[in-house]
Amino acid sequence: MKYSTYLEKIAGISIYPLISLLLFVSFFVIVTIWVLRLNSKEIEHIENLPLEN
Amino acid sequence: MSLEKFSYENKYPKYFAIACIFWGAVGMLIGLIAALQLAYPVFNFSEYFPHLAFGRLRPVHTNAVIFAFVGNGIFTAVYYALPRLLKTPMWRSKLSKIHFWGWQFIIVSAAVSLLMGFTTGKEYAELEWPIDILITIIWVVFGINMFGTILTRRERHLYVAIWFFIGSWVTVAMLHIVNSFEYPVSFMKSYSWYAGVQDALVQWWYGHNAVAFFLTTPYLGLMYYFLPKAAERPIYSYRLSIVHFWSLIFLYIWAGPHHLLYTALPEWAQTLGTAFSVMLILPSWGGMLNGLFTLRGAWDKVRENPVLKFFVVAVTCYGMATFEGPLLSLKNVNAISHYSDWTIAHVHVGALGWNGFLTFGMMYYLIPKLWNTKLYSIKLASTHFWIGTLGIILYAVPMYWSAFRSYFMMKAFTPEGMLQYEFIDVVKTTMPFYVMRALGGAIYLIGFFIMVYNLIKTAKAGKFVAYEEMEAAPLVKEYKAPSNSIWHSVIERKPILLLVLSLVVVGIGGIIELVPTFLVKENIPTISSVKPYTPLELQGRDIYLREGCYNCHSQMIRPFRYEVARYGEYSKAGEFVYDHPFQWGSKRTGPDLARIGGKYGNNWHFNHMLEPTAVVGGSIMPAYPSLYENDIDIASTNSKIHAMRNMGVPYERNYEAIANDDLKKQAKSITDNLMIENKSIKISSNKEIIALIAYLQRMGKDIKLENK
Repeated sequence: MKYSTYLEKIAGISIYPLISLLLFVSFFVIVTIWVLRLNSKEIEHIENLPLEN
Repeated sequence: MSLEKFSYENKYPKYFAIACIFWGAVGMLIGLIAALQLAYPVFNFSEYFPHLAFGRLRPVHTNAVIFAFVGNGIFTAVYYALPRLLKTPMWRSKLSKIHFWGWQFIIVSAAVSLLMGFTTGKEYAELEWPIDILITIIWVVFGINMFGTILTRRERHLYVAIWFFIGSWVTVAMLHIVNSFEYPVSFMKSYSWYAGVQDALVQWWYGHNAVAFFLTTPYLGLMYYFLPKAAERPIYSYRLSIVHFWSLIFLYIWAGPHHLLYTALPEWAQTLGTAFSVMLILPSWGGMLNGLFTLRGAWDKVRENPVLKFFVVAVTCYGMATFEGPLLSLKNVNAISHYSDWTIAHVHVGALGWNGFLTFGMMYYLIPKLWNTKLYSIKLASTHFWIGTLGIILYAVPMYWSAFRSYFMMKAFTPEGMLQYEFIDVVKTTMPFYVMRALGGAIYLIGFFIMVYNLIKTAKAGKFVAYEEMEAAPLVKEYKAPSNSIWHSVIERKPILLLVLSLVVVGIGGIIELVPTFLVKENIPTISSVKPYTPLELQGRDIYLREGCYNCHSQMIRPFRYEVARYGEYSKAGEFVYDHPFQWGSKRTGPDLARIGGKYGNNWHFNHMLEPTAVVGGSIMPAYPSLYENDIDIASTNSKIHAMRNMGVPYERNYEAIANDDLKKQAKSITDNLMIENKSIKISSNKEIIALIAYLQRMGKDIKLENK
């Protein structure tokens, strides 16, 4: 009995890791673009919030 | 615009801080006792207090440090920082009260129930179902209070620390609920809904993310708030902190399977876990550098300010642990580290260094503030800092050393192709390292008590500020964002959207990993020889769980020559389909038990559990004399079989009715066999030891039958 073959029964399981990687890379790119486009004035205000009191 | 007056209530930060310190002392003290038990088994006190054996004490230690010490630390930070960042008091004082006392009640009931042997047998999720429900309720109370505060804020922008608090809250809720699916058998006894491979995957998806979303992300919120405050300058790069947050929560949730490398978990899931664990180094180090760079040009302050000293080492330990983590996720490294003391060293660099030192830094900052005075002694705080650092080093180094030493001994073969060392040979050479580790822990704890003294003196010198009066303008309804901030700033101002997005982000990883493994359930061909446990074995298994055997023994043989030679055929996924919960373990202080069945006679087990050293010279296993006195709880057999069948274990219909007859029959045959083999043995067949022997003798047998 071959136990190692259980999961080959889901069709196209090998695509999962690939999808995951693509998901993360696109997610990362979006966040980076978002961050770069943030308004500097707002950032300056926000980053000083802990120092206010 | 007119300013509104309001005040910050300091009562709850104070309460949580005191609870954090108190439970920290308790949790670490128990850790020290557990460390001593491994170095000197006499500290198990088995003859007098069966409740204090290592298998029961270790979960108390881990739960106390994680959920009591760090938990109360998180709440201290949230109840102090949240109102100040949002310029509004905590939403409802009554909810704060329920949250505080509810959480302390959970801690006490956890400690008591774990010592009494009520456990689900799943690491860091050992608490039984009534306590699980209570945790859910109190967690929701905390969430309502937090979101109430956020929604009634006077500051439009949510500082990144709050993102970390929100992300942690929602993810912990998800993890706790999914992993706690269990079938109640009676009050304080349940079985995990999942079995075998699925249970393992869910458990480590939870287990790893308990590290991520309880020990790390909320403490990053703490770092992002208190580090700039103590350094009196904003964080090095706010933009970087945003990237840190989103990529960290996205990646972390996938990493769980790295706890199951080389096990019977499907290969693709293992690979996924490794890949994402390696990627995790990027956001983690981004965050660490962000913390350290905040101090650029201000290192002179670190020399004088004990708060900053603690923060610097804490952040450095965060960097070390998050470098080590991806390393440990590589299969070839994991082959060495898994089941070894390396893991113990790794988590303690995190717990003592990152969580401990960050908490200490926060306390040295907060207590003088809350009591409106100066720290009693900066010198003592510095002493604490050095003692603590020394303690961490003395703890970690022997553990690393021991891990490598055991690895090389475990895999050594003689030229004739036989294993060179017995398991017990390895245990014996590990002893000096266990002694040194206990010493390291003791030193760290001494530092802790120096802090307690210093803080009490500080509080006594000052006067507690119950309320801090403030004023700020309310939020304008019609907010117009600056012209050049488009879609991106929307999320940042919308807490509920942030909550939902965080859940989506952490949900993706969880779904992709868990769903296929569950769908395949139908596809797992039943190994015809793998049968459900007999009633006696099931009762024995529950004793195995109760005594926390999984804290030292694994039930998962990896496909290595040196493991197969030592323990037998490597473990297969199909062998665990009836294991509610799975008991693969994560650390081998004792040998693997997956194929212990039939390896020794009943007599061997009988004598061994009574006095381990008499059978295996140099053994550090606690003795279990109480098993020879306690009767098997046969009244529970009926509901246990019933529960198992409802979860899909194929017991025949109405088997409950006759289960105890089978139980008694099997018990009698074991007892008879014991007495035939050794005439001096006198034991009646209704004692717990008989059930435990039945279970031990069953383990791994099914597959042996298959091979015949």
